[in-house]
Amino acid sequence: MTDSAGTEPVVQLAGISKEFAATGSSKAKPTLALSDITLDIRSGEFVSLIGPSGCGKSTLLRLIGDLTHPTSGSVQINGKPAGQGRLDRDYGMVFQSPALFDWRKVEENVRLPLEVFGFDRASQAKRSGEMLDLVGLTDFAGHYPYQLSGGMQQRVAIARALAFSPSLLLMDEPFGALDEMTRERMNSELLSIWARTGITVVFVTHSIPEAVFLSTRVAIMSARPGRITRVVDVNLPQPRGLTTRESSGYFSLITEVREALRAGEGDEAQIASAERTAAEGTVG
Amino acid sequence: MDALRRYLPATLIGLGVLVAWEVLVRVSGVQGFVLPAPSAIWAALVENWTDGYAIFPAARVTLYESMGGLAIGTVLGVSTAFIVSRFPASRDTVLPLAIAINAIPIIAFAPLANNWFGILSPISKMAIAATLVYFPVMINTLRGLTQIEPAAHELMRSYAAGASAITRQLEIPNALPYFLTGLKVATTLSLIGAVVGEYFGGLSATLGRVVVSAASALRFDVTWAAILMVSVTGIVLYLMVVGLERLLIPWHPSVRGETPA
Ligand SMILES: Nc1ncnc2c1ncn2[C@@H]1O[C@H](COP(=O)(O)OP(=O)(O)OP(=O)(O)O)[C@@H](O)[C@H]1O
Ligand SMILES: [Mg+2]
Repeated sequence: MTDSAGTEPVVQLAGISKEFAATGSSKAKPTLALSDITLDIRSGEFVSLIGPSGCGKSTLLRLIGDLTHPTSGSVQINGKPAGQGRLDRDYGMVFQSPALFDWRKVEENVRLPLEVFGFDRASQAKRSGEMLDLVGLTDFAGHYPYQLSGGMQQRVAIARALAFSPSLLLMDEPFGALDEMTRERMNSELLSIWARTGITVVFVTHSIPEAVFLSTRVAIMSARPGRITRVVDVNLPQPRGLTTRESSGYFSLITEVREALRAGEGDEAQIASAERTAAEGTVG
Repeated sequence: MDALRRYLPATLIGLGVLVAWEVLVRVSGVQGFVLPAPSAIWAALVENWTDGYAIFPAARVTLYESMGGLAIGTVLGVSTAFIVSRFPASRDTVLPLAIAINAIPIIAFAPLANNWFGILSPISKMAIAATLVYFPVMINTLRGLTQIEPAAHELMRSYAAGASAITRQLEIPNALPYFLTGLKVATTLSLIGAVVGEYFGGLSATLGRVVVSAASALRFDVTWAAILMVSVTGIVLYLMVVGLERLLIPWHPSVRGETPA
């Protein structure tokens, strides 16, 4: 915490709540997806968000990307409001679905942001070539997305997000569809990209080992309304690799995160039981 | 090889129907003006190809009229779709009007169009064809422009892409398959529009007029031959759009190779 004090946070979340208005029947209540989220992420950090399904991880990522707006609280990117961060193209996003354009070949998908940003043709080709090399899909440059497996499509999405060298990478369960071996290889690839480029990463995952292996910090979220119940510092030495996965520090951190997640659940159970008691109280 | 196997059943069934038809007419001794045999229709087509009823030059004029109508209706339909997708507030004004145009009975409209644009002018036939073409092209293109995966829009938004980049890179490519589906339906409709227009009068060198005049002269073999020519013209138009699909959307499930359609 203290070592990077003084540098401006890349992402600054202050007292964020997000409520989705009820649609449909008049009885439907609005959904409180996120409640009072406060978190600073400094330059070069790798922060994972982990929590049960529906706890608002994707929503939080979309708030950072200014793809949706908080009901209250503020989001700052590199010291600017999130909207300005988006306009300045400060971040690259990897969505939960690959969101490739079916009509573009793999290489053309990777160069999409470069086209939108008006890079010249030569640097478009150079960058997209490098990115495909990075994710190991050079041989598939001329294929259409439908000719790729789900995991390969997700790698194209990663290459596309990195193509314009953003300072911040937002990733929503990018490796959820991969088998264990490919996932571990992609984890190592991602870490080496992170180490080489000094990019800041916010990474959503369901996998505790993945979160621990990749991150410098793991933020643990509770079920609805999503709150950050704990932030676990991961002080495993860099660079990480096979030895990391076999170290006792790694295992004890996995246990720590697992217990923190369970404690979050416990919170929820306590609240539910408290509500039940209160409801019974009014009846009786 | 693949194509051969794919279209073999259709070809065999088609040939089977023709043979059965021929045999039935010969065995039962049905009068030629009630149901001419396929061989008689073919003979009438050959005999009247450029001479007599001159079916081939007539087909060329009809094709010209329907393609003109197809072009006009497509331009209007696509323009409307773009306007409605760009200005969603216009939807409730434009769509009811388009639906009203679509509800016009073409039989009733054809004499009016002939009157407005000149009964001998191909423009009147194009107007009738365009009226039929407009709606399917418009409604399909509009769907293609608006029915887009939310994540794709978010992706463009994350790039802070402007409206024109979103239209060029996302909306137009997304709309292409839908547009081509509308265009396929429209090819047949444009031909129907042209022929119906001709039915209510016009140059004698058109397929619609050949059908009318041959029928009133009780030359039903020629009538059948002219109808056959209308179908062939329709198939030619349709195949042109199919070719366009192969060219423009090779990635689409309806076109790409590995799934037999
Ligand atoms: N556009 C929306 N409209 C209404 N409610 C929404 C919307 N998007 C998300 N929600 C609600 O917000 C909550 C959080 O959703 P979110 O997608 O952020 O969860 P998540 O943590 O990413 O889940 P998962 O791990 O399954 O991807 C859910 O209860 C969901 O129903
Ligand atoms: Mg999610």
